[in-house]
Amino acid sequence: MPHVMTPLAVTAHTATSALGHGLDAQLDALRGERSGLRPNDFSSAPLTCWIGRVDGLETAALPAALASWDCRNNRLAWLGLNQDGFLDRVRAARARYGAGRVALLLGTSTASIGATEEAYRRLDADGGFPDDMLRPAIHAPHSLAAFVAAALALEGPCLTVSTACSSSAKVFASAERMLRLGLIDAAVVGGVDTLCDSVLFGFNALELVSPEPCRPFDAARNGISIGEAAGFALLERIDTAPDAPRLLGYGESSDAHHMSTPHPQGLGAELALNDALARAGLDPAQVGYINLHGTASQKNDEVEAALVARAFPATTRASSTKGFTGHTLGAAGIVEATMALQAIEHDLVPGNLGGDTPDPVCGAQFAWHNEQQRIDVALSNSFGFGGNNACLAFARAGFVA
Amino acid sequence: MSDLRVYVEGIGLWSPQLADFAALRSLLAGQTPAPPPARPTAATLPPNERRRAPASVLLAIEAAGQAVAMSGRDAATLACVFASSHGDQTITDYMCATLAHAPAELSPIRFHNSVHNAAVGYWTIATGCHAPSTAIAAQAASFGAGLLEAASQVLTEQRAVLLVCSDGAGSWPLAEVTDCDQPFACALVLAPAAGAATLARLDLQLAPPQPDDALPEPLAGWCRGNPSARSLALLAVLASNAGSCRLAAAPTLGLQIAMEKVA
Repeated sequence: MPHVMTPLAVTAHTATSALGHGLDAQLDALRGERSGLRPNDFSSAPLTCWIGRVDGLETAALPAALASWDCRNNRLAWLGLNQDGFLDRVRAARARYGAGRVALLLGTSTASIGATEEAYRRLDADGGFPDDMLRPAIHAPHSLAAFVAAALALEGPCLTVSTACSSSAKVFASAERMLRLGLIDAAVVGGVDTLCDSVLFGFNALELVSPEPCRPFDAARNGISIGEAAGFALLERIDTAPDAPRLLGYGESSDAHHMSTPHPQGLGAELALNDALARAGLDPAQVGYINLHGTASQKNDEVEAALVARAFPATTRASSTKGFTGHTLGAAGIVEATMALQAIEHDLVPGNLGGDTPDPVCGAQFAWHNEQQRIDVALSNSFGFGGNNACLAFARAGFVA
Repeated sequence: MSDLRVYVEGIGLWSPQLADFAALRSLLAGQTPAPPPARPTAATLPPNERRRAPASVLLAIEAAGQAVAMSGRDAATLACVFASSHGDQTITDYMCATLAHAPAELSPIRFHNSVHNAAVGYWTIATGCHAPSTAIAAQAASFGAGLLEAASQVLTEQRAVLLVCSDGAGSWPLAEVTDCDQPFACALVLAPAAGAATLARLDLQLAPPQPDDALPEPLAGWCRGNPSARSLALLAVLASNAGSCRLAAAPTLGLQIAMEKVA
């Protein structure tokens, strides 16, 4: 078991998804139990399904100096960075610590693969990429982090984590380790994934996409709805920001079971949970809210609900928010981290949208509708293909386990 | 900030010219090592998985298996950091070509194999490893960034970590933007303390960005033809008795590495 870690301050955070641009839009939608999902209107041959699409990307051009990075994913990254004063907070951290002392650690599942798809749709007569797509940096998994490094003028450690749907949760762990070693004084973490044919047709080929808005933990759930999102957080040491909410712990594990289905007893998920609780120095009963991975796939929800039922008392409230945003894949970790932080900040347990007829495997912990209560500690679960699991623990400023 | 000190217990290497780390040593000693078979063996995978797994997975697992065997460690106990600049270019090419012409025909298996963490996923399944595992990318700095991530896990968690860095070869038209003309994979088992299996000690320090150290041919050519082969700067030092090298950890950040052999 890991040692209890010194918490980190989350000194700024932001999210942009189908719920809107920035945290206020997200909070409004959560409070109103209003989904951001819509019938699929993406791509030239849309599949029959619902998606969580971010409005305004088609006209959200990048600043001229960054124009060579242009693609849907980097547009969403830029739109996201411009919400909630996040750019200014990063500039202040850069000025305070120096550009080389701020790490940039971002998660993404497919980065700007949508641009590579487009190049293949418009190949030249000689079979090569069209001239305007001959931009090597956007056809690589590191496209997002390299673009954001340029946009934020950061010069510290810079890494893309791409472990499918746990990507932008795991970046918190990398940041904590670098801070603990003194390699850096602050870290920008987060992630971005955008709608593209690869994921829409790919999950469809796996028969994991619902023709309706997704219904996490519903007895009649029939698959995921795919969404897109950008989210970021700024992490610093708590002595510099004692009044900021805290990253209390994190846990990571591998299922060692199957590439695209979870371990049937949730072994890896439980290891990640226990690791996060141990690192945070928490008893399960101290956890007020868990934002679940809850994709609305048959297997994930069954395994995760059973884990919640056996590991937590009924006073711990739990829900999936995928019914609001869709499954934003590599961005899910950071988006749901911001929801966990909003739960703490606004005493709001978001209801499990779409779970109208609860699966009997779900315990008394499930919040099927919004609940207003003080939340001191909130967890966020993120599980990905390849059996890759992460769990984050956040707490109110000043909380001591 | 003090140096990051880690101990190397195992080294794996595979390219069309070099079957393993011993082959690199023999090349640097002026000999001509026999090239490996065209397809990496990846003996860690069970035979049925070996037949099904994409070439990029075999490549990474071949190097990983060599390094873990040399370390004598149980693979199930090692945290895993798998780095790759481009992931599986063959699958990216297949997916983009299929999506452009017949998206509904996309193969579900190839889609789930397209995730950047496919190789580490197969590895953890084959070895029964429940430890944390990650898959990272940092363009041309993927090896240096991976080494920094792996070293930070070794030191903060005080546990041994398997680092793998691999890229396959690209095919037209994707190759025009990825610039990978031949496959390359390497792996290191890194530990927080010296032990019976220790081969070398590494002291890592963040440094201002600098151009990579010049390597002799044919190593320099291999570096140009595959971003993961940038690791040859460190592998060549590890093949000697002592020395140092510089690697990029990011376009704006260098990694200064001093190596001392532990006999």
